[in-house]
Amino acid sequence: MKRILILGAGSAGTMMANHLVKKLDLSQWKITVVDQHKTHYYQPGFLFIPFGTYSKEDVCKPKADFIPKKVEYVQQGIDVVKAEEKVVYLEGGQQLDYDILIIATGSKIVPDEIEGLTGEGWMKDAFDFYTIEGAVALAERLKTFEGGKLVVHLCEMPIKCPVAPLEFTLLADAYLRNRGIRDKTELIYISPLSEAFTKHNCAVVLGGMLTDKNIHFEPDYAVERVDGVAKKIISFDEREIEYDLLVSIPTNMGDSVIERSGLGDDLNFIPTHKHTLQSKAHENIFVIGDATDLPSSKAGSVAHFQADVLTENIQLYIDGKPLKEDFDGHANCFIESGNGKAFLIDFNYDLEPVEGTFPLPGLGPFSLLKETRINHWGKMAFRWIYWNLLMKARPMPGITTKMTPVGKRLPKKEKEELCLQEKLPEQP
Amino acid sequence: MPTREIAGTTVDVNEEGYFTNPDQWTEAMGAVLAQEEEIGELSDGHWKILNFLRQDYKEKGVMPTIRRVKNAGGIPTKDLYDLFPGGPLKKSSKIAGLPKPASCI
Repeated sequence: MKRILILGAGSAGTMMANHLVKKLDLSQWKITVVDQHKTHYYQPGFLFIPFGTYSKEDVCKPKADFIPKKVEYVQQGIDVVKAEEKVVYLEGGQQLDYDILIIATGSKIVPDEIEGLTGEGWMKDAFDFYTIEGAVALAERLKTFEGGKLVVHLCEMPIKCPVAPLEFTLLADAYLRNRGIRDKTELIYISPLSEAFTKHNCAVVLGGMLTDKNIHFEPDYAVERVDGVAKKIISFDEREIEYDLLVSIPTNMGDSVIERSGLGDDLNFIPTHKHTLQSKAHENIFVIGDATDLPSSKAGSVAHFQADVLTENIQLYIDGKPLKEDFDGHANCFIESGNGKAFLIDFNYDLEPVEGTFPLPGLGPFSLLKETRINHWGKMAFRWIYWNLLMKARPMPGITTKMTPVGKRLPKKEKEELCLQEKLPEQP
Repeated sequence: MPTREIAGTTVDVNEEGYFTNPDQWTEAMGAVLAQEEEIGELSDGHWKILNFLRQDYKEKGVMPTIRRVKNAGGIPTKDLYDLFPGGPLKKSSKIAGLPKPASCI
């Protein structure tokens, strides 16, 4: 019996377990998943907790509910991966050897990377919303917020769900207006980037929204430290910004097991082939989701598209055939903009978000790079889709693994080339 | 591909003036580029950073991040900002004759 070992039962690891159990010959292959945590969080829902839209109960389910019965599930911490020996040591000393390893250990915030952030005032005047604890504590604090300086601060890239800080800012604007205290609040969005978002087309649209909503944007800001006593943050070029309430998006890093195993870069992300998802250092190790060092967004939709590609490549690898270079960096993200509206963007490594309709050309029902109510309902419906289709690796009708040019307003030349590559009829 | 002349020698650069072939770079060119970038006379502190960037790029084949300059190069991030104000990694990379540091996603 050979073993395929999956480290991590978050979005990416869970999807892989569900895909592989349907595709592999289980008389030859044993599939094992290791994850120390019991609860599977619907992480896109964290954004809504501070504003009372979702409660903690709305975003939690047992991880075990999503691991197929024919897959062995080991609930234990991971000590170290010994790649040369093809063995993983668990906390407590247990050893799991493997023929193929899939690393899906994700990324997480590391607030201690920012000097002073977790000192005086942490979880009192300064919060994150990337953990369930932070999101719930921030919800309590926002209830008693009566105005002042609300600062949303993105420390450094890359982060999980790169649109979330902006969404939080726009939702905070709407929340404060509804509570009648927007005019008593100075809303400030601080970013290490020169624009409001990583993708220029999208940054122009969203940057305009910040201006329209009277949100001050502070670009190119590299934080040196947080002074929790004086309640201000200080940059390396000595820009000091005071706050009454700080919402921080701290440095994101891969899991510490990656560092202990010597498999990662400076941020514990694993060097990965950008189209096949094979690790660059070991041919029998594959990486999926936030754990990679790929220049794609760290987001559930990306892990979903990667899972399709990786499932096929694992089968090809087992058969000794060349891997397919099919992952194109495809990401698909709803962007909540407040007052029951949202944007939708669809892009990949090479093509920036453009206007159009999704998933059906001309019909939608979703509009790309435009603010609509239907987009918002798409985002809210996504929670059901996540638990019932995505995690169980069931097909999503109309959604393609690779980004499609169909329905998108792309420059004519690019669209022709893409349609040719994908053997699609040219669309108007 | 664009070229330009620095300190009497023609070199290959991209549209933004970053070297496309780091082997064409000399210390004399670094001094000229530092003037252009309004950094002025290069001190030992500047050279420590520039040398680390060049050495690390040669070994790894990718531009180091600010975190790597701190962790592997032992250079406090504050020094990087004080010595190359207004875009520390972008300016130091250009002066060191290296490609533009990758932007984030």
